[in-house]
Amino acid sequence: MIRTSQTYRTYFIVLLFLLTVTFLLNISLGSVQIPIGEVFAALFGGETSKETWRFIIVEYRLPKAITALIAGGGLAVSGLLMQTLFRNPLAGPFVLGLSSGASLGVALLILGAGVFGGFFGNLLASQWSLVIASALGSFLVLLAVLAVTFRIKDTMAILIIGLMFGSVTGAVVAVLSYFSNAEKLQQFIFWSFGSLGNQSWQGILILVICFGIGLLLALFSSKSLNSLLLGENYAKSLGIHLKRTTVIIILATSILAGGITAFAGPIAFIGLAVPHITRQYFTTSNHFVLLPAVVLCGGILLLLCDTVAQLPFTEYTLPINAITSLIGAPVVIWLLVRKRKLLF
Amino acid sequence: MASEEKHIILEANHLATGYQSKRKSTVISEHINFRIEKGTLVGLAGANGIGKSTLLRTLAGMQPALSGTMKLDGTYIEDFTPLQLATKLSIVLTEPPASKNMSVEEFISLGRQPYTNWMGSLTDDDITAITNAMNATDTLKLANRRCYELSDGQLQRVAIARALAQDTPLIILDEPTTHLDLYHRAYILKLLKKLAKETQKTILFSTHEIDLAIQLSDAMLVMTPHAIHFDTPCRLIKSGTFNTLFPEDTIGFDATTGRFSIKN
Repeated sequence: MIRTSQTYRTYFIVLLFLLTVTFLLNISLGSVQIPIGEVFAALFGGETSKETWRFIIVEYRLPKAITALIAGGGLAVSGLLMQTLFRNPLAGPFVLGLSSGASLGVALLILGAGVFGGFFGNLLASQWSLVIASALGSFLVLLAVLAVTFRIKDTMAILIIGLMFGSVTGAVVAVLSYFSNAEKLQQFIFWSFGSLGNQSWQGILILVICFGIGLLLALFSSKSLNSLLLGENYAKSLGIHLKRTTVIIILATSILAGGITAFAGPIAFIGLAVPHITRQYFTTSNHFVLLPAVVLCGGILLLLCDTVAQLPFTEYTLPINAITSLIGAPVVIWLLVRKRKLLF
Repeated sequence: MASEEKHIILEANHLATGYQSKRKSTVISEHINFRIEKGTLVGLAGANGIGKSTLLRTLAGMQPALSGTMKLDGTYIEDFTPLQLATKLSIVLTEPPASKNMSVEEFISLGRQPYTNWMGSLTDDDITAITNAMNATDTLKLANRRCYELSDGQLQRVAIARALAQDTPLIILDEPTTHLDLYHRAYILKLLKKLAKETQKTILFSTHEIDLAIQLSDAMLVMTPHAIHFDTPCRLIKSGTFNTLFPEDTIGFDATTGRFSIKN
């Protein structure tokens, strides 16, 4: 009678199948046409007719597909966590101001190099500096949010403070843009488009570690998350340590969203839309079911978006952030129109 | 009136409730004394703003008492860990569940959280407790409905079922009959009466349905501007407590019918 994960076994098998298909599709398509047989040969260590094909698959497309999978899954999880923690269907990983923090870090690095010169300019030389700047930015915002969490009981206040951080960083970025030259500005804008490609295997390892830690924290909070669906007072009456739970959930979100933004830039809408899409098909609010489900759905959606973004058979690549917004926004509108109400 | 062999579930001695801030403490009500027995239905009555909700929140451990002591099942309330308290006391609040997307079954199952493992897996015992709670509140046929599809009356029954599933000796309900029509108000209060008798749980509820509460409660806690009285409804009527509940020039209490009427 009581539904458990077992009830949803077929759903999970279908999702895993879809994930495999989109993953292979993503790797097979790109600006260079590679026959599907050669793709498999490259993936499974066989011989390819052209060495460049093997290189494109193993060193470029495979890391990109893995990044898409992790970024999609991770952002979707942090969206789910935020929606339940704030009990607000519009919450996403970026409401905490994490992406604003990352943007500020990167803006200070790139644009600040023009304005302040010297020190920042030298930093730019390193390939890792963008990643470090954005991670540092997210982390500082996280510290501020955590400090607020300890002082203020009201979760809605945290939400508002996240939004305020967003406004402040937006303003600082605008000021920096005004004073910087066209070349630097373009570099910053390209970062803000988001990019799944050009990841080193080293970077992917760090991404996987962030993803693993975030997911584990989320998994261990799932029972508390379920009780939070009733509201804070009910959750407390069920024996939940509210403060501890809030800190763990915010930490998990920050590690997931912060880490992903650091490597892939800000990617919009996945965190907001995927939990809603998932709830459409998994008619449950149980986080032990929803958690693996949003990972799979997020991975599938971002792989699809990336497949579209790389405009197969042409030499152009569209910014991934634009594609996720183009697909994500109509999906949210469609859900709203269909159900007349956005529930979480 | 409490004979010594009766099992006392909830006890307050010289309790004062209110809000404490760094600079000062605001007392809402004080000199609260009562002893509530096992298996009784107790109504809490009083005018708006007199501190019913504050008292219930204090008793439920949601806010600290300003002074005095509270004992739940023989132990001081502040000595319980949150998890222990969750097995002694369950609540039904005026607020609806934050997520209305939950199915009724999921909502009621959450009542078992204090007993389940870290994954919240339900054992056979848990499922029995949930099924019993659903049977007692007549919510079994709603099991697969979503909370947003329910009427106010159905939602209140589901909320009570969740508290029952939590299987605690004391259930506290804050105004369980608001937003309900006369039939559902009577239905909910009769249900509470039946539950107190059959399950031997102690049920404390605040209400503005004083006429109904007088007819159904085993004892009543009446908060008037001057004092807080705890006794059986009969004795409270005899002592004229209900006359002091509201300003006497507007509303009067008729002791023979047990009803309030507007004075012209």
